[in-house]
Amino acid sequence: MKNKREIGVGSFGVEKKDGTRTMISDQVVKRVEGLAGLRLSSQERELVKRDMGRMIDCVDRLLELEIGDTMLMPYVFPVSSGFREDIVTGVDHRKDTLLNAPERKQDWFLVPKTV
Amino acid sequence: MSLMCLSAAELGRRVREKEVTVKETVMEALEEIGKKEKSIHSFITVDGERALKRAQEVQRQIDQGEIKSLLAGVPLAVKDNICTEGIRTTCASKILYNFTPTYSAKAVLQLEEAGAIVIGKTNMDEFAMGSTTETSAFGVTRNPWDIDYVAGGSSGGSCAAVAAEECSFALGSDTGGSIRQPSALCGVTGIKPTYGTVSRYGLIAYGSSLEQIGPIARDVTDCAIILETIASWDAWDATSIKRGDTKFQSALVDDVRGMRIGIPENYFGEGVDTEVGEAVQKAADVLKEKGAIVERFALKFAEYAILAYYVLACAQASSNLARFDGVKYGYRTKAYEDLSDMYQKSRSEGFGEEVKRRIMFGSFVLSSDCYDLYYLKALRTASLIKQEFTEVFQRYDVILTPTMPTTAQRIGVSAQTPFQMDVGDIYTVSANLAGLPAISLPCGRAKNGLPIGMQLIGDCFLEKNILRVAYAFEQTRTYERSSVARCSTDAHDL
Repeated sequence: MKNKREIGVGSFGVEKKDGTRTMISDQVVKRVEGLAGLRLSSQERELVKRDMGRMIDCVDRLLELEIGDTMLMPYVFPVSSGFREDIVTGVDHRKDTLLNAPERKQDWFLVPKTV
Repeated sequence: MSLMCLSAAELGRRVREKEVTVKETVMEALEEIGKKEKSIHSFITVDGERALKRAQEVQRQIDQGEIKSLLAGVPLAVKDNICTEGIRTTCASKILYNFTPTYSAKAVLQLEEAGAIVIGKTNMDEFAMGSTTETSAFGVTRNPWDIDYVAGGSSGGSCAAVAAEECSFALGSDTGGSIRQPSALCGVTGIKPTYGTVSRYGLIAYGSSLEQIGPIARDVTDCAIILETIASWDAWDATSIKRGDTKFQSALVDDVRGMRIGIPENYFGEGVDTEVGEAVQKAADVLKEKGAIVERFALKFAEYAILAYYVLACAQASSNLARFDGVKYGYRTKAYEDLSDMYQKSRSEGFGEEVKRRIMFGSFVLSSDCYDLYYLKALRTASLIKQEFTEVFQRYDVILTPTMPTTAQRIGVSAQTPFQMDVGDIYTVSANLAGLPAISLPCGRAKNGLPIGMQLIGDCFLEKNILRVAYAFEQTRTYERSSVARCSTDAHDL
């Protein structure tokens, strides 16, 4: 198994303490929080650090597996295309689309001012 | 005896032959729910008014000969991650606590067109993340065989509702075993179909490349009838498959002579309860006596399936759940400074602990530093697993395994060991990674009285093989009713 630092995870701030347990730094958790669109409490952050470390230790066993040039398989069957033809139906879904909006004004979703 | 103790097929026959009215079936379901919900808590939402209104309409259609389906007038429950027009759909999460869809899932529409009546939405692990239905923001569902034990998950509410006889059948969804595991723990039967067989349109996505909607019922016959009703190609689901033969009832034949059944020997190692192992071995012996050829074999990559599953499911969850941001639907935080603050606070306050843990891990494995290392490796591992199953199905028609390594755990045990809570997934996730059909059905009970389930996995598009073996095995047993179902009947009869 390759050393994680060699493969790049080390640069992300994930390191093995004493070569046995993965330790996640606060810096990594904060960066992942940003990617995940979450803001954790300090208590949650500690739990996530512990659990993510454990999960990484577990899934690291995948790295043992020699898979050569096995083809990637995004779906189990060949799916011809994720896209369908864009057909204009002329149906106005605005009312339905806005029905569950937490806040709305006329035909718009209402959000805090961004500029 | 309540009408809810009948199979869906038998209840449907009684409705067609005018032995009971549709209103009577719905009233009985609502009555049973009223009696049992306090102890089981299978449902998040029950909509009796809508169900009774539908009952009137369906009765009219039956009387005028417009509906002749086997499921006409039969009450069903729907897992709360499957959209139902006009009925709140929460995914058992605070973030969707007030979400009422303006459309129904394709599978729900198909069942309603067949005259089945939706009576309510069932409890589940939040966003289907869990194996115990303990991560629901709406409280725990209890096992109808013993209310101190979990019902399994994530479709725990659907399975408990069927086992407690609160409805005739239910819909669940299965991303890594979420139909099969609670089916095993609650002593009912559930199928995860081949990927692409049932439209995912209207199923609130968790792990899009893994999940399927499927039936949960009392027996194999009901599952075949329901699956036949909901299997179809759908233009609204790009992963839906135009497949052949979906006349699944034709597989309900009590004959397994010459069928080749493989048992993966590495599924019977450490961690499997002795009682579970023995019950599945007995089932294998029964099938052998009925003329099947039963052999043991080794699955090389079995131990890697759960690891690949975790990486892929969490990665897809982090992407799929990005849509919940307090703008378009669901929960929005009360106080915020700007748009970004509102997104983060709404999500952090709206999602539960387990969901946030998986979103974090998924975001981590999809980050640029880890994508190749974990995500692509997991995808390639899934390919290897799929290849291995393709080879295995050259030799066997069906694979027989336990559904779960143990019977149900006591409520609260799993929550104390968060990352261990899904060890029960080890026998079920491979079918999701490889897109295979799989069924769980009861095969015995442990000394503590809790049900044991066995799983039959088939090759892609060959549901008929697993249905045939399951049906033949089922003929050697009588359906065992849960304690809550029996107690209710006893009280009723008294």
